[in-house]
Amino acid sequence: MKLFLGIDVGSVSTNIVVIDGNGQLLDKLYIRSRGNPVGSVQQGLATVLKTLKGHEVAGVGTTGSGRQLIGTLVGADLIKNEITAHAVACLNLVPDVQTIIEIGGQDSKLIVIRDGIVSDFAMNTVCAAGTGSFLDQQAARLNMDVGQLGDMAAQGEHPVRIAGRCAVFAESDMIHKQQMGHKIEDILAGLCRALVRNFLSNLGKGREIKPPVIFQGGVAANRGIRLAFEEALGFPLIIPEHYDVMGALGVALLARDKMLAGEGSSAFKGLEIVDSAIETGSFDCDGCANQCEVIELRQEGMLIACLGDKCGKWSHRVHYTQGVRETVQVG
Amino acid sequence: MLKATFPHIGNSYIPFRTLLTELGLDPVIPPPITQRTISLGTQIAPEFACFPLKVNLGNYIEAIEKGAEMILMAGGVGPCRFGYYGEVQREILRDAGYSVEFFVLEAPKTHPRELWEKIKRVFPRHRAPDLLRAVRKAWVKADALDRFDRMANHVRAREEKKGEVSRLQNRFYQQLDQADSMGEIRRVADGFLEELKAVPVRKESQPLRIRLVGEIYMVLEPSVNFHIERVLGEMGVDVERTIYFTDWVKETLLKSIYDPNWREPLLAVARPYLKNFVGGHGLETVAHTVEAGVNRYDGVIQLAPFTCMPEIVAMQVLPAVSRDLDIPYLTLIIDEHAAEAGIMTRLEAFIDLLYYHRNSQGGGKAGEAVSGY
Repeated sequence: MKLFLGIDVGSVSTNIVVIDGNGQLLDKLYIRSRGNPVGSVQQGLATVLKTLKGHEVAGVGTTGSGRQLIGTLVGADLIKNEITAHAVACLNLVPDVQTIIEIGGQDSKLIVIRDGIVSDFAMNTVCAAGTGSFLDQQAARLNMDVGQLGDMAAQGEHPVRIAGRCAVFAESDMIHKQQMGHKIEDILAGLCRALVRNFLSNLGKGREIKPPVIFQGGVAANRGIRLAFEEALGFPLIIPEHYDVMGALGVALLARDKMLAGEGSSAFKGLEIVDSAIETGSFDCDGCANQCEVIELRQEGMLIACLGDKCGKWSHRVHYTQGVRETVQVG
Repeated sequence: MLKATFPHIGNSYIPFRTLLTELGLDPVIPPPITQRTISLGTQIAPEFACFPLKVNLGNYIEAIEKGAEMILMAGGVGPCRFGYYGEVQREILRDAGYSVEFFVLEAPKTHPRELWEKIKRVFPRHRAPDLLRAVRKAWVKADALDRFDRMANHVRAREEKKGEVSRLQNRFYQQLDQADSMGEIRRVADGFLEELKAVPVRKESQPLRIRLVGEIYMVLEPSVNFHIERVLGEMGVDVERTIYFTDWVKETLLKSIYDPNWREPLLAVARPYLKNFVGGHGLETVAHTVEAGVNRYDGVIQLAPFTCMPEIVAMQVLPAVSRDLDIPYLTLIIDEHAAEAGIMTRLEAFIDLLYYHRNSQGGGKAGEAVSGY
């Protein structure tokens, strides 16, 4: 059977899905990247190995902030930005969806869909308040896990007003309200409302949020945030079954469409990368005052990719050195 | 000879070098804008000043390091804060301990004599024939640059070998910068235009057409807009920049001196969305977006520095323009904190959106074709 892989390398998690030619999800994986995208992809691929066994990997797509690096590493057939990937996954699931709210580790996105196509989108720019990382941090501060935080927030009956404009001030406001003696459930419910207000006023400004709305991304599991959204918008949100891996699912679908439409075979490098020694390193190029931080990616010592240089001086070299061991002296 | 410098804006250093040389000064061109320039500027600029002011300051400091003794800067009047940049920058540099002469040149709206006095003081060769020859030579260079760049964006979207146009463009800039006599300038300009026309292109492709609008500095200076024209062009997008230096001189600077109604055509297009001149290029942004909608462009990208008032005003009416005329737009707000990864993600997603939009209008099914960058 022909199988297709979607890999979403985000700031907080690395997600992998395996689908078949009909778009049916056969396996999914949500791993925390812990600052090691390459390691987590290797680990992830090792885990889905059992699903892939005996089948042909006919297409691979990567998305997320690490899409270029991982795309080069695994030999992706398609490297796609996460906004398009999310939209494709949602449209596949709910064809008449009008709005997508996606809150991940450090990004939050609002995607407006009309007549089955993306008509507008917004991403948070200056502030990560309300995203997964911030909630993680608050949960850690309150000595609970992030799921507990959401359930507790959902129990708050008298939400306290919390300043949600800035993550740092939201935290100090929460501490203050704790010291005043408010119940923790009410404070957390207030926090969720504040973060939802922040989302709607930053990303929702000038955009019409019409149902059906899909809420996805890691934070969609948070009942408190979900309730706060439903209260603010006045209608229920749809949370897809695979809400946490929608980006990976979208890019797998795109890879499938591309490979089934075309003639060529997949550029997937195979599962050998699971066992090979992959090293990443970086150095500051001193060729000009830009001082680009150049990332190098090596597999068994061979330079397979250079990323991050503005002028292309290093990334161009890779093409010449393909297949030649350790010829580029760097630094 | 007095070593004089000026801030970068796009490729205008090429005609400015010629202008200053002809007027008897020794031009010191600031090094190309890099991360260092930006961080030098942001260190001494107020946090909420517009981004261009900060980059200018970085240019001054790096030029002073190269020996510049005098700074020339444009000024102006109007709601945009740019008009007062010069004065503010002069004070900031003085407070930071730099001792340089600082001249602010403004279009003569009320005191033409004052400008003349200043010109006499600043430029050693200021007789009328000197001035005329200098301006003419610089103008021919500026005009050659704009003609080349306009066509380059067109060809880049269709080039067979990625990067060919950009390489040609760089060579052209270098040689035009070195060209000295009028004959040589013309020869370089014509020669490179011919070379550009001869770049092999893909015939069958119908690239997306995008208009680039927004604040003049962010639009003209590639090193602060993440080389947006090149990036989009190499994704196969035909970018039409709506602001060119020579157009700006002809249509804004000169017309505003003798024609009090020079804004009428813009206002006519921008009505009913915007009825006032809001400073900077706010009115142009709206008018050019309306035109893009009427003329069925695929999309519009607005570039604005963080805290830019005129562009913020324009931004408030763009949703209405976009809805009424069915023209998708993307606003990119940039300052020293803007991250390249974020900008690229938005650009890529926007290009996908435009392809979907185009296909849906042509009766295609959603999700059928995705851009192949």
